[in-house]
Amino acid sequence: MTTERSTAPLIEIEDLHFRRGTHTIFEGISLQIPRGKITAVMGPSGTGKTTLLRLIGGQLRPDRGRIVVDGHEVHRLARSELYRLRKRMGMLFQSGALFTHLNVFENVAFPLREHTRLPERLIRTLVLLKLEAVGLRGARDLMPSELSGGMARRVALARAIALDPMMILYDEPFAGLDPITMGVIVSLVRRLNDALGLSSILVSHDVPEVSSIADYIYLISEGKIIDSGTPEAVRHGSSAWARQFMEGLPDGPVPYHYPAPDYLDDLINTGKS
Amino acid sequence: MVSLLQRLGHFGLSVFQSLGRAHLFLLRTLWSLGSLTWRPRLLIRELYSVGVLSLLIILVSGLFVGMVLGYQGYITLVNFGAEEVLGSVVALSLVRELGPVVTALLFAGRAGSALAAEIGLMKTTEQLSSMEMMAVDPYKRVIAPRFLAGILAMPLLAAAFSAVGVWGGYFIGVGLLGVDGGSYWSQMQASVDFYDDVLSGIIKSIVFGFVASWIAVFQGYDATPTSEGISRATTNTVVYTALAVLALDFILTGLMFSA
Repeated sequence: MTTERSTAPLIEIEDLHFRRGTHTIFEGISLQIPRGKITAVMGPSGTGKTTLLRLIGGQLRPDRGRIVVDGHEVHRLARSELYRLRKRMGMLFQSGALFTHLNVFENVAFPLREHTRLPERLIRTLVLLKLEAVGLRGARDLMPSELSGGMARRVALARAIALDPMMILYDEPFAGLDPITMGVIVSLVRRLNDALGLSSILVSHDVPEVSSIADYIYLISEGKIIDSGTPEAVRHGSSAWARQFMEGLPDGPVPYHYPAPDYLDDLINTGKS
Repeated sequence: MVSLLQRLGHFGLSVFQSLGRAHLFLLRTLWSLGSLTWRPRLLIRELYSVGVLSLLIILVSGLFVGMVLGYQGYITLVNFGAEEVLGSVVALSLVRELGPVVTALLFAGRAGSALAAEIGLMKTTEQLSSMEMMAVDPYKRVIAPRFLAGILAMPLLAAAFSAVGVWGGYFIGVGLLGVDGGSYWSQMQASVDFYDDVLSGIIKSIVFGFVASWIAVFQGYDATPTSEGISRATTNTVVYTALAVLALDFILTGLMFSA
């Protein structure tokens, strides 16, 4: 059983359907996230990448289909079982989502204090270990308001690995960072994944950064998986849409112009708006 | 006409949906209260933030309300040569009505709006979501301590309000207007009944505390996660609490008077 589980994919999503009001976010997508790898889910803004992470974490419920994480069907779990599963998941939110009333040290110590009864000395050691891993041991006494965007994300990453999870969900980890900080985060994601034996699910639309560290990429658009494969395979794949996205071309299957009547007709018919 | 009916129907449905969410929220909050028995520190911190930090505005307001009661009471009573009963007039007005009601209104403005804004901001900045993803129940960690702190703080604040108000009436009636000090206190002692007056005031303030805290934490938790949503949540907290407190005061007074 243990061997079976360790070779099975960490996450299996089958025929996932999800709508928000009348807007369809996912229309029957199926994908598998392997263990020990960095898997990226990419797509344009508003395609539901963050929604997918929330569905995997059990914060949202699919309309149809199933999501299995480490052998547990997330949406059939009782609250206590779901919380037990979440203790083994880390999530890095785009904003960092640090607790603004706690300093850096206490933010990282938060999950340890909530879920363990470790003595204070050991909590201190563990927190300093995690902060050292993200290079912010010296910032332990700062408040979140005193941190830059990149530092806040690194503290949030230290907090996400505080309980030594089996997987980390990254929600747009590279968005809005300067090149140096982005390089730091890119290297951290890869190093933590390899050093801690984690599985990483990374949601992003930053093509160069993701391509440099992801083992496998799923491209999502309009509720469907457009392409998947290694970064190289997706870049040179048969899908014109995938090539446009990966190379950042302004025109292609996703047109530059919003659908409109003929340009000349529009200019001639001056009386109409 | 059809669109008017549609809008009316939509409004009605959204009101009932909101009420439904508020009651489910309350049930889950009540269910989460048990967790505070082994984490009293969370409650103590919120009692400080909701209760102790509201004390100044409550005491200052209580003093002024008591002084105004002293003035107004004296002006009316002196016409009948009954200024000796000023103490009982001030005390009964404060303990039965003004203490619980004005405290609840001030609580809504000071602590209720702060609770709604704090929780709404935690939602907007994904702190509640991150807590959930860390397998920490926000109902137990954030909502329940604030809710219970509000219920516990309200009667204590109302008692402080009434006590200071009685002294305010004393300063004006006895100190300034020349009412006999002995009469002020003895009349008060003779006319204020613990069960009929003090206890009914305590019951009122507990009910007001329950409702004010429920409205505040729900408005924060249910806020649309935008700056406009938080602004609406804080405004709604103060408006709904004021209306609920005044309506409940009428109902409770009727019930207590008829009993």
